[in-house]
Amino acid sequence: MTQLILFNVANGLIIGAFYALMAIGLSLIMSLSDVINFAHGGFLTVGAYLAYTLAPYVGFWGGLVLAPIFTAIIGLIVEKFLISRVYGRDPLYSLLLTFGLAFMFEDGSRFIWGAQSVPYQVPGWLMQPLSLNYFFLTGYRMFMVALVAIAVGGLFWIMSKTRLGLRIRAGTLDLETVSVLGVNVRILRNLNFGIGIYLAGLAGVLAAGQLGLQPTIGGSVLMPSFVAIIIGGLGSLTGTLLGGLLIGVASGMTAVFWPPASEAVIYVMMALVLLVRPQGLLGEEGRF
Amino acid sequence: MKFDLRQNALNIVIWVLLITMPAWMNAIGGYTQLGTQVVIMGLAAMALNFLLGHTGVLSFGHAAYFGLGAYGVGMTIRYLDASTPLGLLVGVLAGAVAAALIGPLIVRRRGVYFAMVTIAFGQVFYFIAVRWNTVTGGDDGLTNWHRQNIDLGLFKINIMDSAIHFYYFALVIFALAVGLMASILHSPFGRTLIAIRENERRTRFIGINVNFHIWMSWLVSCTFMALAGALFALQNNFVDPHSLYWTQSGIFVIMCVLGGMRSFWGPLVGAAIYVVLQDYLSSLVSDYWQFFIGLVFVAVVLFFPRGVMGMLRRRAVE
Amino acid sequence: MTTDGNSWNPTRRRLLQAGAVLGTAQLASPFVQLARAADVVRIGMDNPLTGTYAALGKNEQTGAQMAVDQINAKGGILGRKVELLIEDSTSGDAGVAVQKARKLIDRDQVNFIIGNVNSALAQAIANVANEKRVFHVVPGGHTDSVTGKNCHWSTFRVCNTTQTEANAVASALVKKAGKKWYYLTPDYAFGHTLQAGLEAAGKKLGVTKVGGALTPLGTTDFSSYLIKAQAANPDVIIFLQAGDDAVNALKQAVQFGLNKRFHLAGAQQELEVLEGLPPEARVGTWVFEWYWNQPNVPHVADFVAETRKRTGGHVPTARHYFGHTAIWTCALAAQKANSLDAVKMARAMQGFELPPEIALMPDGAFYRAGQNQMIGDLYVGHAQSKGASDPEDLFVVDQVVDGKKVSPTLAETMCHQDWPKA
Repeated sequence: MTQLILFNVANGLIIGAFYALMAIGLSLIMSLSDVINFAHGGFLTVGAYLAYTLAPYVGFWGGLVLAPIFTAIIGLIVEKFLISRVYGRDPLYSLLLTFGLAFMFEDGSRFIWGAQSVPYQVPGWLMQPLSLNYFFLTGYRMFMVALVAIAVGGLFWIMSKTRLGLRIRAGTLDLETVSVLGVNVRILRNLNFGIGIYLAGLAGVLAAGQLGLQPTIGGSVLMPSFVAIIIGGLGSLTGTLLGGLLIGVASGMTAVFWPPASEAVIYVMMALVLLVRPQGLLGEEGRF
Repeated sequence: MKFDLRQNALNIVIWVLLITMPAWMNAIGGYTQLGTQVVIMGLAAMALNFLLGHTGVLSFGHAAYFGLGAYGVGMTIRYLDASTPLGLLVGVLAGAVAAALIGPLIVRRRGVYFAMVTIAFGQVFYFIAVRWNTVTGGDDGLTNWHRQNIDLGLFKINIMDSAIHFYYFALVIFALAVGLMASILHSPFGRTLIAIRENERRTRFIGINVNFHIWMSWLVSCTFMALAGALFALQNNFVDPHSLYWTQSGIFVIMCVLGGMRSFWGPLVGAAIYVVLQDYLSSLVSDYWQFFIGLVFVAVVLFFPRGVMGMLRRRAVE
Repeated sequence: MTTDGNSWNPTRRRLLQAGAVLGTAQLASPFVQLARAADVVRIGMDNPLTGTYAALGKNEQTGAQMAVDQINAKGGILGRKVELLIEDSTSGDAGVAVQKARKLIDRDQVNFIIGNVNSALAQAIANVANEKRVFHVVPGGHTDSVTGKNCHWSTFRVCNTTQTEANAVASALVKKAGKKWYYLTPDYAFGHTLQAGLEAAGKKLGVTKVGGALTPLGTTDFSSYLIKAQAANPDVIIFLQAGDDAVNALKQAVQFGLNKRFHLAGAQQELEVLEGLPPEARVGTWVFEWYWNQPNVPHVADFVAETRKRTGGHVPTARHYFGHTAIWTCALAAQKANSLDAVKMARAMQGFELPPEIALMPDGAFYRAGQNQMIGDLYVGHAQSKGASDPEDLFVVDQVVDGKKVSPTLAETMCHQDWPKA
């Protein structure tokens, strides 16, 4: 029994790391642009399929590098021509816009790549479990966690050490002042959106390696990512990371002990957080 | 005076169209069920708009209360008593009680954050409906029940077999609900809600408890939503968890925006357009109809943010 | 009749407005069904084209369209041209499926209705069709109740019941894998009855159930379920998922190396799933309901060749077969009854033996009287990672099981049909 609990905690952390990758991208966009990106799952799907399409030409590793970049470029274009037009308007419009885009991404993917799952192959040596006892620790999943760590680390570095990151953080707090100080807010938001979508694309490639690759692949991770943000606290990247890991562990554990509640549990957790600490675990008071 | 006339003209046109719908629906290629669907979805969208358009608070989780109404009526008829009115009552109460309890937890949030929180609470109900198999029927939906005829003593309304009877049954309930919503909006309470929408801070400064008013508006909105959901279940003789899913909430919101959130009748117009468009598209391009629905969303946001009624009104003003 | 000179003054602006109105009317005109030609027989197909079951639904549609073209080439149904109307039922939203069924029946006045891949939706459509007295064929929704507890005189089914599938594969599972079974079951009608079927079949063979988990439809990450499954230490982990869920579950199980520690197997398996899996994950003992590589059965090669022409070279799957057979069932029913009356057609199909070019199975296929369930052959075998002769030959048939020997008896199905009084 202890073993079962330990296994599920570890497994939950792995799943949580994946949620966190999605949630951090969402959170970046939400903090700076006040946009809930319902199309985030759609970008994940595109990233995954791009990696699949590119694999015959550039191999798995090439796809891993290129697919998120291409996804981010699509993201930059979508932001420039669609999303940017609803900035400053009632948040309702950005919600509906990205909601519509999510529909278009799913059906568009099905149109291009077909409804049937496609087999996406990961190098064989990555697919092996590290040991028979710890079978769920496959090379690929460890690799995934490492990549998430690198991506999140890199993002923290960008946020704290580069001028872009500084401006994004400042813009999150007070966009008007940043704009008055001579920062081109339009470009800032565009780049910020691109970073968020890059993370979604990366999540897509990683997901394609261990799940079936089908047009609905992105839809199912969207909601847990929102919950991760609310639990962790909007505006706090560390909080979002923590939120992602927490819900991963919680749903993994519930799946063992009370399976019917394994999806609902994260929403109940969220309700509790809202009751006790409305700004989220690491969120700043008074922002929302 | 002239404005009043215009307002009444609109009311008359809408009621005449609704009352005569079964007479011309088939002639233009529709079917009675589609008309019923328009009325029910119209009620749902108008209920949502009570909060969205008239109080200025964005909920993206209203499908949960729609679904609660639907399960309320379905489970009552299936397990308790085969009575349509009792089922409706239980369905509406289920939605109202849930909304009353959840309201205080969320009324302090605003904007996108309110939207997210409402989605998340809605998902809890969705997962209960999906996973509590033995009671709700889970993913298979709640079957083996049927709406019952209504016995008014003197005569019976045969809503079980006659699609037309059921259409008018739904229309009467729609009329009562819409009338009630209109009178609430015209009361001092309704005026306060509009004041909150226009300028929340100023409203707060004159000593009005804004959060309480939003809670009450949320409660009214969700209660009528549950009523619409109950009618929807009666129409299909069937409930399934998808009517609680968050994407359904998004569809209600687009109905409001499509028709015009600032107009009383706007959501009904939006619901009519959406229901007919979806019905049409899903036959025409059955594989990729969602793509085109998505395209409509994008187009509405970019080009018709005021909706049909907003555009008409603007033209009238010009 | 006095007319004010000013009242009819068609300005340019007004003409433009009128033009706009007309334009809208024209846009709406496909929605307005102008001609309801009496010389056309309409078949409505209410099947998933979006969501988890989109691939399966699409393949059934391709098979159905092929059958419609064949029938039209032979002069149609009772001399009338056949028209196939397609509606997307979605993969899990039974409300939509019901609404579409009513639309097909009420507005389009279809003579036949076909659907659905999803068992729950199939049952919902069956109820509507029965209420409206329309001849209904379920091509590929397996749950027992459709031709069992909730059967209707008006509903026929091509694919097998879950109990039949379970009976067909149970002894092979025991022989190859062992007697301690753990179930991973999708949490809806199909999964529930398939598990119940296997439990019943297994009990007769001395199988013990060491545990089970219900996974929601549309689950993507199965890791916590797999951790739980291996902890129960079974001989075999039984995967009952279908469609994309099956792809997700098997792909992860093989990544975890569980195929080296346990036998991974299940009941129903489909070519669509095997093709969606990476080669190393194409493992296990399964039952197929139809398979394209049957060199010794007449007409199968023709069917395969004709399908390839429509699918860009792909072989037919069981889903193509289901769609094809479902449409032919309608045509044969009308022909035998010499009428389009649903009751007469349903009577004509009681015990009806399908001709070999439709049945495409070594022992033939027929609709069992009193239940309207097609009974044919089942193909028990194992998945292989790469086909030798054809890249899509991913299944090896070890044994063809005659459905007559493994179907539950009519009494066991608990089907009771309420025929309308003529």
